[in-house]
Amino acid sequence: MAAPEASTAAVPTLYTNNTLRNAFGGVLSFFILLLIGVLAFSIRLFSVIKYESVIHEFDPYFNYRVTQFLTKKGIYEFWNWFDDRTWYPLGRVIGGTVYPGLTLTAGTIWWLLNSLNIPLSVETVCVFTAPIFSAFASWATYLLTKEVKGAGAGLTSAVLLAMVPSYISRSVAGSYDNEAVAIFALIFTFYLYLKTLNTGSLFYATLNSLAYFYMVCSWGGYTFIINLIPMHVLLCIVTGRYSSRLYIAYAPLVVLGTLLAALVPVVGFNAVMTSEHFASFLVFIIIHVVAFVYYIKGILSPKMFKVAVTLVVTVGLAVCCAVIAVLIALVASSPTKGWSGRSLSLLDPTYASKYIPIIASVSEHQPPTWPSYFMDINVLAFLVPAGIIACFLPLSDASSFVVLYIATSVYFSGVMVRLMLVLAPAACITSGIALSEAFDVLTGSIKFQLPGVTSNAEVDAGETSSDTSEAQTDEVKAEKPDDTSKNRPLKKSKKKERELAENPPAKATAKAKAKAKAEKKRLLALPLEASVISLLLLVVLGAFYVVHSVWAAAEAYSAPSIVLTTRSRDGLHVFDDFREAYAWLSHNTDVNDKVASWWDYGYQTTAMANRTVIVDNNTWNNTHIATVGTAMSSPERAAWEIFHSLDVKYVLVVFGGLIGYPSDDINKFLWMVRIGGGVFPHIKEPDYLRDGQYRIDSQATPTMLNCLMYKLSYYRFVETDGKAYDRVRRTEIGKKYFKLTHFEEVFTTHHWMVRIYKLKPLKNRIRGKAKKSKSKTSSTSSSKRSGTKKKNPWQ
Amino acid sequence: MEAWIRARVTLALTLFALLFFVSRSSPPLQFVISNAERRIDLSSHIINVHLTLKVENTGTRPASEVVLALTPTEVDHLAMVDALAIKGKRKKTTSVRLEVKPTELPDAPPIDAKYFTIYLADPLNSGESTTLEVLYVFTHFLEPFPAEIAQSESQLVFYHDTALILSPYHIKQQTTFIKTPSTKVESFIRVEPTKRVGTEIKYGPYEDCPPYSISPIHVHFENNSPFAVVEELVQEIEISHWGNIQVTGHYTLVHAGARHKGVFSRVDYQSRQFSNGASSFRYLLARLPARVHSVYYRDEIGNISSSHLRTNSLKSELEIEPRYPLFGGWKATFVIGYGLPLQDFLFESSDDKRYLNFTFGCPLIGMVVDKLTIKVVLPEGSTDPSPVVPFPVEHRLEAKYSSLDVIGRTVVVLEKKNFVPMHNSHFQVYYTFNPIFMLAEPLMLASAFFMFFVACVAYIHIDLSIRK
Repeated sequence: MAAPEASTAAVPTLYTNNTLRNAFGGVLSFFILLLIGVLAFSIRLFSVIKYESVIHEFDPYFNYRVTQFLTKKGIYEFWNWFDDRTWYPLGRVIGGTVYPGLTLTAGTIWWLLNSLNIPLSVETVCVFTAPIFSAFASWATYLLTKEVKGAGAGLTSAVLLAMVPSYISRSVAGSYDNEAVAIFALIFTFYLYLKTLNTGSLFYATLNSLAYFYMVCSWGGYTFIINLIPMHVLLCIVTGRYSSRLYIAYAPLVVLGTLLAALVPVVGFNAVMTSEHFASFLVFIIIHVVAFVYYIKGILSPKMFKVAVTLVVTVGLAVCCAVIAVLIALVASSPTKGWSGRSLSLLDPTYASKYIPIIASVSEHQPPTWPSYFMDINVLAFLVPAGIIACFLPLSDASSFVVLYIATSVYFSGVMVRLMLVLAPAACITSGIALSEAFDVLTGSIKFQLPGVTSNAEVDAGETSSDTSEAQTDEVKAEKPDDTSKNRPLKKSKKKERELAENPPAKATAKAKAKAKAEKKRLLALPLEASVISLLLLVVLGAFYVVHSVWAAAEAYSAPSIVLTTRSRDGLHVFDDFREAYAWLSHNTDVNDKVASWWDYGYQTTAMANRTVIVDNNTWNNTHIATVGTAMSSPERAAWEIFHSLDVKYVLVVFGGLIGYPSDDINKFLWMVRIGGGVFPHIKEPDYLRDGQYRIDSQATPTMLNCLMYKLSYYRFVETDGKAYDRVRRTEIGKKYFKLTHFEEVFTTHHWMVRIYKLKPLKNRIRGKAKKSKSKTSSTSSSKRSGTKKKNPWQ
Repeated sequence: MEAWIRARVTLALTLFALLFFVSRSSPPLQFVISNAERRIDLSSHIINVHLTLKVENTGTRPASEVVLALTPTEVDHLAMVDALAIKGKRKKTTSVRLEVKPTELPDAPPIDAKYFTIYLADPLNSGESTTLEVLYVFTHFLEPFPAEIAQSESQLVFYHDTALILSPYHIKQQTTFIKTPSTKVESFIRVEPTKRVGTEIKYGPYEDCPPYSISPIHVHFENNSPFAVVEELVQEIEISHWGNIQVTGHYTLVHAGARHKGVFSRVDYQSRQFSNGASSFRYLLARLPARVHSVYYRDEIGNISSSHLRTNSLKSELEIEPRYPLFGGWKATFVIGYGLPLQDFLFESSDDKRYLNFTFGCPLIGMVVDKLTIKVVLPEGSTDPSPVVPFPVEHRLEAKYSSLDVIGRTVVVLEKKNFVPMHNSHFQVYYTFNPIFMLAEPLMLASAFFMFFVACVAYIHIDLSIRK
């Protein structure tokens, strides 16, 4: 029992010592945060260094094009933009169907730089938006975790998030997609929610709804926020943690947030009309009821209160049942039950593959495999459970939120591989907490056990351990510099008072218990060797994570996918065929020509080649996509009819058979058949399969060998090597020599990856046909008749 | 009243000027061309016509203005005309460049023609003779026929001319040699005596042709040389006194030969290189200055990975390949940019001015540039820019804002239409610049950061809270 005495004796020196330590800690954590930001930014530059400063993949090209439009024409034109270069002949209202957050962000950055006369191109700004925002995201993670478990955990989580592979995959330089800014917005919204929850400040509550507004602007994933926060509020209420801070954190968010969200054109009245937002309103009602109950409880005597409760509960239950019944009836009467397809596939993972092949056809909408967890969050997967346990010691409002966040995001990531991205911050936060707690315990016990340390260190160790055993929020406040914590102790004391008022005996016993625990801990500190070894192991684990993340950033996720490279013995081979084809289209075809391709290449064609496309990656019209799918899976003549009716001049196919590029149109072809067959029943998937197997060799079905996609892909392919060996399918193709009658090859890129065909004009076709044999004319005329009538050349 | 007087004065002046012009430019048709030899080189799409004239003064007075005549279509395609006076005999000849200017002949000539006057260095006395060498360069003058060809066909073109040289003078004897790129000549019009040997067609010699005599001919022949034309080139030369010159060229390249028709088959193009796409081209060569660094080659959708740079101490060569081979009528755009050390190109003149000495031209070798714009971006704060270019160009001034500029940089814009490689020469831009301006931007940045930190310090020390 010498320790308490020593601590009372050492109070003045300790106090000054601590302020100095805090000041150093503040500066140190500032620099660490700065370095974390630099790390987050620079780890994402591998793609620029290894490849080039270019926009990646598919969706970013659309965002880039929208940003170009915004910077050229201004914000008002942007809202009113009707894009007639896509979804021909329907067009698309871009201003009303796009989440404008990313575009406006990049546009603002560009405008700011240019008004300072820093002449960066729009492309450069777009390329570097994602890395900049991942630095912001790691800072937001620091803030969020700091609210939960203190600055140490905050720094650890920020470091982890700065290089979590899952997030890197979506935010490398050039990956100019909504998620790039949305993850920052997501974490920042959560941070402000927890901040409001911890402080009860209306200022933060307002900021929170603004952050939520930014998130709504940026990504459809905002529904995650507007469902998770109500869930947490409900959890708090159910577990008896209701407080006025909770009310302030939640009620303004719903009111302001919903109003602001409705301002975004793409959301509009959806903010109050679709079921995704339903939970928030329900909880909004519940929290008011609860608040009212607490208020009444304060006014009435306990006896009166009991009477009132029984009265209200009986009446209230009846009313609630009626209201819920009406709501359910309303929701059920709408065709998709009020839920959009993507959200439904989240709740029922089999929904999409059952009903919407177009959603199922996207690889990022598939459920992930186990290796992908290891790939994307690596050792965090093992640290998460420890973090969850740490969150329960002790459970605060904020840490219960983190537990809820990780639990829901694990579920969602299990549904759709794309939502691994939502899991990543949660995993980083919990693992950061776990690591920091573990380091705390281990370093604490080392300090305690080291023989050469003076009693002062002993006191220090004792204090830190008691700190950690106390409520974490207190520790946070203790570590704050004096001027900022000026008004904090007030609140803290208030909080304590309130807590005391709520359950004074429990609190007192808890405190006593904590003290006893601290003493016990001092006795039960880990042995020196064990703690040193486990410390080393943790460092090795961290090093493994760093190595894996850097590898993932450099090798796995840095390829821009529009330019491919392979390394062989005689140096680097570059396959730049996509841009070759797009550049050719852009310079050597008429500006108003329409190009048909599978929807994957729609965004790139409009952005890089500036040509009108029939379908693109914004898959809003299933029928239109099915029409293109049908054309691709029809025989040449019928396909010509379909394309001609759509005023298509060029057809673009991607073919990887010559160089072994696996994600080509032949491999995607079954999806075209499925999507086409979903709307036009004469396209039947079994016609393209031999005994349930998809093949293009000599065993392939005649339907397969005669469809347009096969013909356009393999036209004159046999002349390259004489055998027509397909390097992707690893087989010789089934039909080697054939001619095209209604299409002519106008361009094929250097490695044959993109082939562009032109529809032959009408009159030549008839003259050419008239000379042919009679049987052919009769068959074609019949097919023509049926084709024009109902686009069904099969019967 | 005053206005009326002014109008009368102006009218009088105009009349006087007109009279003066008419009296001054009366035709000095006192020459006879005793011998004319013309060599026309058709081996590429830039046509060089070498004209050797032996001019004899048969008049009474000394004269110094020799007039050349060209048809209007020739003038439309004329990129440059250059005249040299040959002095001395046989091996010890020296040549002096003479001034050539377009002129008008007032008396109605028998046919539609445009004229150029050569101003001799020394007036030619009566009875004397001298030898002149004239070089005409024509672009876009070969007419592809057929105008559209398929991939496997080779390109045939027409060349139209007259067998007799168009001249306002009497020509005693003349010969014309036409050199074709290969022996494949589909047809040509004979004007006896005409002889064809190998790749050369010889018209003449013709004796005693009166002024303005013509005899239209055409030659239809195969020309598979790349008809590569840069439709527009904007070359921006940005001077930074921190030690770098950044050159950025925006090219719009087009194949100006017979248009490509129908199918482009990659398998034919790859397997039968020589018989297929003979008139198409894939590679271009750019000659860049020595000590060039940070070269890039890209277009609006990103880097173009097919290029090679070879450097040595004298020159650098950049071999580039557009994204796709260019067939007739196909276009491509790209940007070539590079940095150069400042001390190689920027000098100080005696009158305390600085001047940039740079090549006026297109780095791509053998390229016709329809419209060449050279923009010299002077550093911020430079004044009195004055360009010195050896041939007439349009020039104007612009302003450009880049990297934290406040007052903007002066840009000297020089424009030249129908530019051929023979134009390549050095030009200078003189300007005055005070080196103190170099510090403007660093100081600006430093003060901005300083203000920021001061604001931070102030914010930390000011207590803004309402509640005490």
